[in-house]
Amino acid sequence: MADEIRQRVIEIIAEQALVDVSDVSMDQSPADLGIDSMGLVESIFALEESFDIQIPFNANDPQAGDFDISTVASIIGAVEGLVAAQRS
Amino acid sequence: MRRVVITGAGTINPLGHDVASTLTAMCEGRCGIGPLDIPLIDRLTVRIGAQVRGYDETAHFDRPQLSLYDRFTQFALLSAQEAVEQSGLSFDGALSERAGVVVGTSGGGLNTQDDNYRAVYEAGKDRVHPFVVPKLMNSAAAAHISIRHNLRGPSFTVSSACASSNHAMGQALALIRAGMADAMLTGGSEAMLCFGGVKAWEGLRVMSKTGCRPFSADRDGMVQGEGAGIFVFEEREHAMRRGAAILAEVAGFAMSSDAADIVAPSRDGAARALAGAMRDAGVAPDNVGYINAHGTGTTANDRTECAAVMEVFGPHAPQVAISSTKSMHGHLIGGTGAVELLACILALRDGVIAPTIGHRRADPDCALDVVPNVAREADVGVALSNAFAFGGMNAVIALRRA
Repeated sequence: MADEIRQRVIEIIAEQALVDVSDVSMDQSPADLGIDSMGLVESIFALEESFDIQIPFNANDPQAGDFDISTVASIIGAVEGLVAAQRS
Repeated sequence: MRRVVITGAGTINPLGHDVASTLTAMCEGRCGIGPLDIPLIDRLTVRIGAQVRGYDETAHFDRPQLSLYDRFTQFALLSAQEAVEQSGLSFDGALSERAGVVVGTSGGGLNTQDDNYRAVYEAGKDRVHPFVVPKLMNSAAAAHISIRHNLRGPSFTVSSACASSNHAMGQALALIRAGMADAMLTGGSEAMLCFGGVKAWEGLRVMSKTGCRPFSADRDGMVQGEGAGIFVFEEREHAMRRGAAILAEVAGFAMSSDAADIVAPSRDGAARALAGAMRDAGVAPDNVGYINAHGTGTTANDRTECAAVMEVFGPHAPQVAISSTKSMHGHLIGGTGAVELLACILALRDGVIAPTIGHRRADPDCALDVVPNVAREADVGVALSNAFAFGGMNAVIALRRA
């Protein structure tokens, strides 16, 4: 399950960044991948649709809120948390 | 060049159902933002807005009229009626062919679209009311103002998202200056606070769930509002010959385009519109006493707008009062510039600068005199009104004291 989430999140980020899945590494930030603020909003939307979750995110202050978008790894972790909460 | 003055004003917005009550609310720093009262609210994550409250459409319009008037048309008609009454003009004889109307709106009859899509898609109805098209069209408000007041000259609608009102009023100014009309009704109207209208904005992730706090370091986004403002713009000699009371002179106007990003604002685009309006009005930075900011309360707008003002005003920037009345009436999208022009008239005519309410903490990126929380008396000779829209479309109006 965790692998599935990781794989899907990376696919979504890669699609938004217009790069190959193999070019996405865990320690990169969205900005490193060339994802701007609107790209970030679209990525959040795609994650919500894909996993049927609600992500707290305000484009005015992307760092605020509990959803850590600082790196690919942190995004995967945050999505895993929301998916787990969804099931409990 | 032919000069243009304002001889009538009308409005209905979250702060009041006419100009007098709106200006009183602005002086008192009253907030028109609150919990949204609309159907399907439990399916929205953004649940605050600035609605026109205490409004009963059947008190103003009869059933045949309501089958044709979307809420945005109703707001525009009520505002136009107040403006025309104040101006004392009657559009008969030769004047009617020299008079027209330009209205700004972004969503047009969005409530009508929302209701009827729901009827055919959700409720599965196979038939809609025969007047859905004339009710939802963006030009409906301008058309009904023309019909109601017998304006037989140029009439049309301008749509440039959040700058629609300013672009519309700029066109009215240009038409009179160019000799194509002697009097124009102009301003803007918006009524987007329905499920679909709020849901679309929600998707953009720039909406606040707590309130509109422009220029405050803790701001967290914009808040939608609704309503209208309509003015009578009149050629100055025409107004003076008949001894009309003049609210202010429309001294200058400029438009610019960022030609950059579809949503992110640009300092350069905003600065060129500001500088252009001042050049058109023939005023220098130290003549300007008040700027009604676009001031949406988003991180991006407020920071960029302040940088543009600093660029254009240079060392004089700290001396100019700049407030965002959206903190009180919310963001009326295509109608916002019209209601905000009332704050400029308040400053010029009554010597009161409306405050930016909800301001809690200074933001170093917005280090200007933002008139926090409390209105202020001031002697203002020239006021500017900013509108910087999605699409990078900017329009700034300069008013001079009559």
